[in-house]
Amino acid sequence: MSATKTRTSSFSRNVSALSSSQTPGLKHGPNGTAFISSGIPDLDRILGGGFSLGSLVMVMEDSEAPHHMLLLRNFMSQGLVLNQPLLYASPSKDPRGFLGTLPSPVSSKDDKSHNRDPDQEKGLRIAWQYKKYFGENQQNFEIHKDGKYEFCNDFDLRKPLERQFLTGKHIDCVSIQDCRNLVPLRDHCAKFLSQFPRNDGGVTCAGRIAIQSLCAPQCEYSNAEWDILSFVRSLKGMVRSLNAVAVITFPPSLLSPSTSKRLQHMADILLSVKAIPDEDKELAKLLTGYQDMVGLLSIHKVARFNTQVPLILDTTTFSIKLQKRRFLILECLNQAPIDGSSGSSYGTSGSCSGSSKSGSLDF
Amino acid sequence: MEIEARNLLDEALGTLKGGMVVVQDSVQTSASFVLHHLLKRSLSLHSSDVVVFLAFSHPFSHYDRILRKLGCNLAVQRDKNRFFFFDMLMTEIADGDGEKTSGDGLVALYGKIQKVLSALPQELKKSVTIMIDDVSLMEVAAKCSTDHVLDFVHYCRALTSEIGCSLVVLDHEDIYLGTERPTFILQLEYLATVLIKAEPLATGLATDVHGQLTVLNRDVYDGQGIYRKKICNFQFKVKESSIEYFYPGSRT
Repeated sequence: MSATKTRTSSFSRNVSALSSSQTPGLKHGPNGTAFISSGIPDLDRILGGGFSLGSLVMVMEDSEAPHHMLLLRNFMSQGLVLNQPLLYASPSKDPRGFLGTLPSPVSSKDDKSHNRDPDQEKGLRIAWQYKKYFGENQQNFEIHKDGKYEFCNDFDLRKPLERQFLTGKHIDCVSIQDCRNLVPLRDHCAKFLSQFPRNDGGVTCAGRIAIQSLCAPQCEYSNAEWDILSFVRSLKGMVRSLNAVAVITFPPSLLSPSTSKRLQHMADILLSVKAIPDEDKELAKLLTGYQDMVGLLSIHKVARFNTQVPLILDTTTFSIKLQKRRFLILECLNQAPIDGSSGSSYGTSGSCSGSSKSGSLDF
Repeated sequence: MEIEARNLLDEALGTLKGGMVVVQDSVQTSASFVLHHLLKRSLSLHSSDVVVFLAFSHPFSHYDRILRKLGCNLAVQRDKNRFFFFDMLMTEIADGDGEKTSGDGLVALYGKIQKVLSALPQELKKSVTIMIDDVSLMEVAAKCSTDHVLDFVHYCRALTSEIGCSLVVLDHEDIYLGTERPTFILQLEYLATVLIKAEPLATGLATDVHGQLTVLNRDVYDGQGIYRKKICNFQFKVKESSIEYFYPGSRT
């Protein structure tokens, strides 16, 4: 809601008028920014369009669960499907092996039937007066659904990405386990990013950098916190001036609080994932659809390029769910009715339930 | 553009001549709008200030677009030599070989600022504002040598008393909260004549109120030769073209 308000008060051009961009996988946003998809349609919607080009996305890991990998996988897959070059760095011995676990996109036909309108399917009818509230949020997406290309796909987590996407593409994999310091990685990133100069003529291609567990203890530099900070800062500087997005996940619990805060300040988009305990009876009573939840995703910061107005979200904590055990979806938390019958969830639309409802778990 | 309506922030700030402003914020609430406001105030038509801007967190295009919406064209001001922009996004102050280099880098940076100031015509020299848009990033750029950054701020502060220019510094308070002896932020606070803190509302996020500002002004002259402290507390809402300030509870 707040996003639409700001649009009318400023002199920026209408978003829908700009939607006819030629480059696949890119979408123009307000204030001269462009978006690429995070690979999770719900996350794109929540962030107001996706990850802004030039932004540094930091994901705070949960030390007990690998939920950050879900975000990384979808982000990487989306890039590969759209033919965008990818740089992947991880502390494992064989980073290329991780590519085998990437999810595969669902063809758009099934995709439509399963996702967009769960409310109608479940026989929940919405009075026409309230329809407009649903339209507002999803508008951005529908434009692209009808277009020649797709901005973002749904991914089936159980199906690995087909080989054709993995071969003959610009995929760079780096292992950061044996590096003594971060200089090689920085050089690697600089070399990779030099393919995406930003000129006024428009964006031709967007690059994606995914760095998994930057400060993992198995890396030799993990004690040199200032090196890590200075690496992230220089990466932020590089990415900002180019057509690329960097996603870095890091375990905040392994860093000193001040370093972790510094990293959070550097991030343009700051997310955190949390596991939910299996047998938390109180929480189960409190929330609908607790059984289907995989974890929680919090959004702490949304990129504000070329504008000073903060984006105030309806709610900042979302539950990560697997729909039909395949599709990653985000839902705002819904308080269960008092009698505790927690059967069906209220759907993905999210705009109808205000912050008052979901306030119970805003950390 | 005649004399613009003064808002609560301007009233709380006073004139600022020759002072140092420290702006503090946190991850939840960004205070960069205060910088934009001060930038606009310094470059507005009826003042003849010169601004030297050290940008560590955002490129020129970002500030240009924001200030244009606020009614101030940075590119024009830059051509008129009233606005000097130092893009420090990619600059490494230290090469990582030890402390000496970072000290050298900061000395060189200070030299650049001094050069800019000395090239100014005499009548403009009295009203120069130096802005640093993120001191915590400056620390990172100088690779951990916090002392050198403090020295740098001290030098700039010395400039303010020498030729009467003012210094505006943005830093993030929450970085230092966990540390045992937050010397850096305490030193900054000690140096400041005006301290501005932006905090989120205690009751959580709201669309109508984006946060609250606490302004501590140490330099209020009460007319009888005594300087006193003044603390103002109010809430704000950031918009594209302006920022609304109001007292808590005064909006329905």
